[in-house]
Amino acid sequence: MEKVDENKERAENKENEENKESKQNRETSERNRIVIPIGPQHPSLKEPSSFIITLEGEKVVDAVIGVGYVHRGIEKACESRTYIQNLYLIERVCGICSHTHSTAFCQGIEELAGITIPRRAAYIRVIVAELERLHSHLLWLGVAAHEIGFDTLFMYSWRDREKVLDVLAEICGNRVNYGINTIGGVRRDIDSEMMQDTLKMADYLEGQLKYYLDLVMTDKVLSARLVGIGKLSREDALKFGVVGPVARAAGIMDDIRIIEPYAAYDEIPVNPVTDTHADVFGRTVVRIKEMLESLEIIRYSVKNIPDGDIAVKAPRRIPAGEVISRTEAPRGENIHYIRSNGTDMPDRVRIRAPSQANWQGMRHMLQGQYLADIPITIAAIDPCYSCTDRAIVVNSESGTEIMDWQGLRQYSIEWYKKRGIDVSLVKMPERKFYA
Amino acid sequence: MKLLEKAINWATRKSPWIIHYNSGSCNGCDIETIDALTPRFDLERIGIIQQGSPRHADILICTGAVTIQTRDRLKQIYDQMPEPKYVIAVGTCACSGGIFDGCYCVMGGVDSVIPVDVYVPGCAVRPEAIISAVQKLLDTIGESKKKRDSNAKSLADSMNNNNLTRGMKNNTENNAENNGQDGGDLCAS
Repeated sequence: MEKVDENKERAENKENEENKESKQNRETSERNRIVIPIGPQHPSLKEPSSFIITLEGEKVVDAVIGVGYVHRGIEKACESRTYIQNLYLIERVCGICSHTHSTAFCQGIEELAGITIPRRAAYIRVIVAELERLHSHLLWLGVAAHEIGFDTLFMYSWRDREKVLDVLAEICGNRVNYGINTIGGVRRDIDSEMMQDTLKMADYLEGQLKYYLDLVMTDKVLSARLVGIGKLSREDALKFGVVGPVARAAGIMDDIRIIEPYAAYDEIPVNPVTDTHADVFGRTVVRIKEMLESLEIIRYSVKNIPDGDIAVKAPRRIPAGEVISRTEAPRGENIHYIRSNGTDMPDRVRIRAPSQANWQGMRHMLQGQYLADIPITIAAIDPCYSCTDRAIVVNSESGTEIMDWQGLRQYSIEWYKKRGIDVSLVKMPERKFYA
Repeated sequence: MKLLEKAINWATRKSPWIIHYNSGSCNGCDIETIDALTPRFDLERIGIIQQGSPRHADILICTGAVTIQTRDRLKQIYDQMPEPKYVIAVGTCACSGGIFDGCYCVMGGVDSVIPVDVYVPGCAVRPEAIISAVQKLLDTIGESKKKRDSNAKSLADSMNNNNLTRGMKNNTENNAENNGQDGGDLCAS
């Protein structure tokens, strides 16, 4: 760590420094630096992004992050489509947290138009939002496990995720991009059979989640790979403005469901989940506990859902005005800004997705880490991941070496194996609970 | 030579390796593709594994409309794959640009950049559809080689005529027609 700080200082005072000796030192240290470009594709999960990582020995001294590979111009496209058309476009901002985007968009328009949605619709929005959080976190758990070489947990959690997707498909009619929201309420009602299936799934999942939580909390190998990695202290988290589980793992209670309740969250008890580890371990624990909390919310909403209509009629033309709408996505606070000009098309739509906020702290988290910790540190903020692209290791001393992302992942697993930490040897404790 | 080709086709049919590339998708089709590899659907049981390097891959599974930023990378990945190579366009966006068709930085479907063998529409594509697509592709390997080559040739010719930016040009034309508004079929009404 000391060496890294020195280097940082040197870089800052680069121009002022006239001392010949330190200049020589800098030259030697720069010669030993290795630059690794990774990406731009992390194709399986979220945003593809490229990383240019500068190493000194095995320690990361700098990281440059590039995003924007799947920039499709949604905000601009929104301006030339009607509100109803935009609803389906907005859902496709992200296939994992599509419901939270469409909820934020609908809420904004409903506020502009002065519509109050029926309570039943608000409850259905909450149920779908929590199911979405469950499947998103289970997906993350699997990917994070995969990155540290623990493929058993990857397969376990993705198998459990299918149960959630089954319920989502039953309620919404689609596994991904649910299309359940509409301006003024929801499009499909929920019947008693669906509720029974949801509760059954919740019971099954609760057992599995407690089992995973127990595994993460007690297993020494896992904590060796997770504790102290990707540190982002409370002060730094506030400074970089990170949101969601990354902020909550640093002890910041940042949950829109509690701070500014929307939909039916004002009636539903939501317990805040925070942790003080402020590292990858903390983020893992926060996410698993959040899933358990989501199950409670789902149970409460299913039991207390009021009868009545599921939607009210909304006008085609929305009165002029501007609005900011916030929702709590699985990855954190999601902000939509909508400005309308009195026609049936918005004048401007701005979307600040949670991952966008979380990228800000990434450079800081990577600095001072070992190369072997990069995959899990990046995975821990839950970006798009499980990369299948090539990375090139450029070494100024010994020429060029080509390494793909899986190679880097393999390298990290081997690196820890040499130090006696072999995650692939972790045995899943026996458990009666089975599908 | 023919025997060798037969042997290669036979081997490819038995255990094709796939590479997955997100050329501008919303992740919906991506997670469904990964889903197809996990326990519920388990593509591995028919000998298919996903791996990272295009140089080892037989089938390119491509999701999402092609954006300007990813276009060159997609072409690069395709060029790096060894022959025989096949492309599956997964999702409505990958087939035609879908809901993003007409956006200012979207080129269109995957076939605007590289030749495509199988189109799988759907938003998002269900894992069953992906499995069915892979199976159908495997069934036709070796049989439709001639047709595939001619398709690839005609597309390569059009690309040689400096037509790689076809999608962009179309977009500009659309924009002019729509008085600077973009958006595809949906906004035409």
